[in-house]
Amino acid sequence: MHSFTYHRPVNVKAAQALLAKAKDASLLAGGQTLIPSLKLRLTDFDNIVDLKAIKGLDKIEVKGKNLLIGALATHGAVATSAVVKRAIPALAKLAGMIGDPAVRNVGTIGGSVANNDPAADYPGALLALNATVITSKRKIPADKFFKGLFETALGKGEIILQVSFPIPKKAGYAKFRNPASRFALVGVFVADDGKTARAAVTGAGEQGVFRSKELEAALKKGFKPESVAGVKVSANGLNSDIHAAADYRAHLIGVMAKRAIEAAA
Amino acid sequence: MTSTVTGIGAAVRRKEDQRFITGQGHYTDDIRREGQLHAYFLRSPHPHATIKKIDTAKAEKMPGVAAVLTGVELAADKIGNLICGWAISSKDGSPMNMGPHPALAQGKVRHVGDQVAVVIAETLNQAKDAAAAIDVDYAVLTAVADPAKARDPKAAQIHDNAPKNTIYEWSLGDQAATDAAFKNAKHVTRLKIINNRMIPNAIEPRAAIGDYDAGTDSSTLWVTSQNPHVHRLVMAAFMGLAPENKFRVIAPDVGGGFGSKIFIYAEESVCLWAAKRLKRPVRWTGERSESFQTDAHGRDHVTSAELALDAGGKILGLRVKTIANLGAYMSTFSSSVPTYLYATLLSGQYDIPAIYCEVDAVYTNTVPVDAYRGAGRPEACYVIERLMEVAARELHVDPAELRRKNFIRKFPHQTPVIMAYDIGDHDATLKKALEIADVKGFGQRKQEASRRGKLLGLGYSTYIEACGIAPSAAVGSLGAGVGLWESAEVRVNPTGSVEILTGSHSHGQGHETTFAQLVCERLGIPIEQVTIVHGDTDKVQFGMGTYGSRSGPVGMTAIVKALDKIEAKAKKIAGHLLEASPGDIEFKNGKFTVAGTDKSLAFGEVALAAYVGHKFPTNEIEPGLKEGSFYDPTNFTFPSGCHICEVEIDPETGHTKIARWTAVDDFGVLINPMIVEGQVHGGIAQGIGQALLENCVYDDDAQLVTGSYMDYTMPRADDLPSFNVGTTVTKCPSNPLGIKGCGEAGAIAAPVALINAVTDAVGSEDITMPATAQTVWQAIQKTHRQRKAAE
Amino acid sequence: MPTVTLKVNGKKQSADVDPRTLLVQFLREHLRLTGTHVGCDTSQCGACVVHVNGHAVKSCTMFALSAEGADVLTIEGLANGSALHPMQEAFRENHGLQCGFCTPGMIMTAVDMVKRKGNDLDEETIRHELEGNLCRCTGYHNIVKAIAAGAKAMKSGAKTGKAA
Ligand code: FES
Ligand code: FES
Repeated sequence: MHSFTYHRPVNVKAAQALLAKAKDASLLAGGQTLIPSLKLRLTDFDNIVDLKAIKGLDKIEVKGKNLLIGALATHGAVATSAVVKRAIPALAKLAGMIGDPAVRNVGTIGGSVANNDPAADYPGALLALNATVITSKRKIPADKFFKGLFETALGKGEIILQVSFPIPKKAGYAKFRNPASRFALVGVFVADDGKTARAAVTGAGEQGVFRSKELEAALKKGFKPESVAGVKVSANGLNSDIHAAADYRAHLIGVMAKRAIEAAA
Repeated sequence: MTSTVTGIGAAVRRKEDQRFITGQGHYTDDIRREGQLHAYFLRSPHPHATIKKIDTAKAEKMPGVAAVLTGVELAADKIGNLICGWAISSKDGSPMNMGPHPALAQGKVRHVGDQVAVVIAETLNQAKDAAAAIDVDYAVLTAVADPAKARDPKAAQIHDNAPKNTIYEWSLGDQAATDAAFKNAKHVTRLKIINNRMIPNAIEPRAAIGDYDAGTDSSTLWVTSQNPHVHRLVMAAFMGLAPENKFRVIAPDVGGGFGSKIFIYAEESVCLWAAKRLKRPVRWTGERSESFQTDAHGRDHVTSAELALDAGGKILGLRVKTIANLGAYMSTFSSSVPTYLYATLLSGQYDIPAIYCEVDAVYTNTVPVDAYRGAGRPEACYVIERLMEVAARELHVDPAELRRKNFIRKFPHQTPVIMAYDIGDHDATLKKALEIADVKGFGQRKQEASRRGKLLGLGYSTYIEACGIAPSAAVGSLGAGVGLWESAEVRVNPTGSVEILTGSHSHGQGHETTFAQLVCERLGIPIEQVTIVHGDTDKVQFGMGTYGSRSGPVGMTAIVKALDKIEAKAKKIAGHLLEASPGDIEFKNGKFTVAGTDKSLAFGEVALAAYVGHKFPTNEIEPGLKEGSFYDPTNFTFPSGCHICEVEIDPETGHTKIARWTAVDDFGVLINPMIVEGQVHGGIAQGIGQALLENCVYDDDAQLVTGSYMDYTMPRADDLPSFNVGTTVTKCPSNPLGIKGCGEAGAIAAPVALINAVTDAVGSEDITMPATAQTVWQAIQKTHRQRKAAE
Repeated sequence: MPTVTLKVNGKKQSADVDPRTLLVQFLREHLRLTGTHVGCDTSQCGACVVHVNGHAVKSCTMFALSAEGADVLTIEGLANGSALHPMQEAFRENHGLQCGFCTPGMIMTAVDMVKRKGNDLDEETIRHELEGNLCRCTGYHNIVKAIAAGAKAMKSGAKTGKAA
């Protein structure tokens, strides 16, 4: 690991000030992705701004028709939150499927969303649920937030504060794990807000998370497993690696979509 | 012998556990030396390149750096190369082509991860920072990773002295007789087999600390080793790192080995060498990514195999041709693995009149390949047991029945491939396994699963292995550079407590408990009064270490022999004390008794008397009570058994779930059934890992694709079932304890049982290890297409 | 160098550290608590699991400085004096370890598991919960047994360690 200066601001303002001043800085939330990358010298920063001491950023609450999850809420907290389980049970289930228990005790939704790992679980949920990312500067709809591999709409010095999820009628998530890393080889999140159904796919796209046109078109026939049975998902634009060729991933998208709908609540 | 709560056959809870469950274990990386420096290795990013220049000037000036060393300094100090200690000759009698393997590259790198230079600094971060400042000018060469392509005339030439990258072309068995058998065959089953490459992955990474005392000119090395004396011998005699008499090797608690910690590696050699140069302790602990790039890998065979049968299903002959990938350099025992540890077991549990096997060993631009749990025997078992299963399917006979038809039932049995099986009862293990696995109910379960849309499959593996490695003269005649006996010393203290010094090394096997159980059984003393000492060349005079399931049959037998001597001497002393002739003294349950009387002495009393020396003629009987033994086995031991695997496949995803796993093994007499079961579990898990999950992948340019746990699939708890384990017993006739060894059985038997089950479920033989979801899904698609086309 | 102050196994500790220092390095190098192990560099093996403020955490994936003010419990602090924690006892009783290298992380994970999932743990739950812990020796069979037994034993009110 390269050397860096460590900062530990106690509020968002101080964090913003640090980011504005320090060049080459990274935020540190749970660190479950950042620290391994630093250790392997895959990335390095002169300044690390640890958000751990900032209070109140881990709040989970329902406000009106939205579920609001603070950026520093851990996966473990989301998975076990009674509020989340009532509002969007599929989201609690998804959080409980990230990493392993020790990682879930530390990793945060804000960190996961900001990192936009192409095989992470949360980005699919944000897209399918039509969520909004609330930052220190603005509100960004999920459709505009994720910009390809590890890229997001976040600007320099911008800090994610909350994610706001409109509460759907029904939503479901199914993932087929990469056998080695246990990240998503294919994860499909489906949501029905009563009017339209959205389906987002993680793990499979060459450019990261995406909404599946084929699935969403099929779901126009109704939010039920039969609607997606036999849907042909194109392998174009899907990843191929030692664990899964693009055609296998395309096939799995159909299977996981069906299972996500079956599991939807 | 009488069995007690702590004697032979008792499930004694392990003595060593206290320190491990409380975090008090002492692994190599836990040790700190005053003034220690940290080594960090700069490794080649290229699979194959000549080194034009290494510029270390900048790195040397970086903060904290004590030295930057390369192959140039290594050569200047005349440090010898790493060696392979088992000479294998080709069919034509020519010796194997061993290419030079310097601990730091000299002029050329041959695999990704090859050591180019070492930086030694005050802190690890400083060493890493400086390593990044070393400038290496490489001329990149073409590379080859696939053993099947290594001998292509256009392939990269890895070592000058090995034309076409060929190390040897070896054969075993009678070619003419085998060819004749195939001429008479009514049915021939043919298979192409890839035995996938494994990365051992002991959870404790390799580590070493070298230390040098200039005052006494003596060296100490702490190292993660399964055989510290072998380390000392090779480093002293072949590499010239230190004279053997001034060189202590300590292998403290070691966190798993599975073969990978047998070998002598570059890193520990460099630590020792650098410590002497710098007169300060030098330490290194591998990071996991380094383990992937440097720990000797396992398996990696490409094989074509044919089995000839007569009309009644009796085997007539077996013909096997294997290409074995030994990687970029020959590791310590690599040459023996695909030859004498492999082809000699091809007969399996069957009476096969003729066998012929050819093995071509090749260099590739990959990490060296050497023994990994089972070493050669899993590969052999895979060949014969896949052939048997496929033959049964082709002949439409029950696979258990075909096996029964060919079982060896008369012992001893001389196979056509060297081994003389001494004992076994293959019907018994098969029968018990069939019962435990409830094979009778399989049909019903299959129907029930199919109603749920799942595919059920059943696979067998009736394995045999050669353990208790090994009779020295026998292995010597086959090319081994060392003898494979074991030593033991029994030191009885005046208070009657006992220390056992053994050349075996425990890195998870529980010797501190099982060896103590043997002593309890023999001397009738409480287990708390027995201490097992191992892993330190200053304490234990010599030993060959632990691998090949040898610590029970060979290591413990050495202890038995030493205990025999203790008993004999103690009887003499007791005779004097009890005023009876030694011939009339009986020793039982810790008591010396004059036969037919109630005159007796406890073991402790005799021990004390032995040291006091007042009451027996010390001119006839020396005082003290300490005996040693070097035991050389007279034969290999032959554990055998039957594993039955039942899988459930989700045809939509191709995912395989293991529904049931049954293992019935004949290990001879069990010292501690709890520990034996644990060994079986661990072995099966590694076998399942190979067959279902693990795969070391190099791309066409010889870059390592599976370089971390992100891509190399380690078996996790939720990949595996609980195992149903049973045993049968035929006593091993070649050692007094009747034990055969159990460390490798699971890893040998499991892979093929699993693949036999998966291919049964899918209805296609065309599935290679590992049977990942994608592989199985593709096979299912293919059989669907073929069925459709046929309709 | 910045200073970190925290509690480890009930004892207050304070030290100046290079910001790069991971919690596991702090425990092993500074405090010489070497029961916490390092088995990988990708946060997957779980040999390094300790409790931070009562939650299982991979100490290889947290900076020591991030643990400022925290209450850390390691394998060395789990037993209550010479009385082993029921989970430690269960690992011995059920032969849940061989080489012992994964064991501290396994035991710390198991205790956290019981805290979150209760004392009646079925095999499937235990296996699933062990997703972040690798063992190469045991095939997990006896680890699963040990955790089920240890979880039950924890119900009978045995004390847990020096830290909260
Ligand atoms: S060392 Fe922390 S997870 Fe492997
Ligand atoms: S006991 Fe050796 S890794 Fe688990």
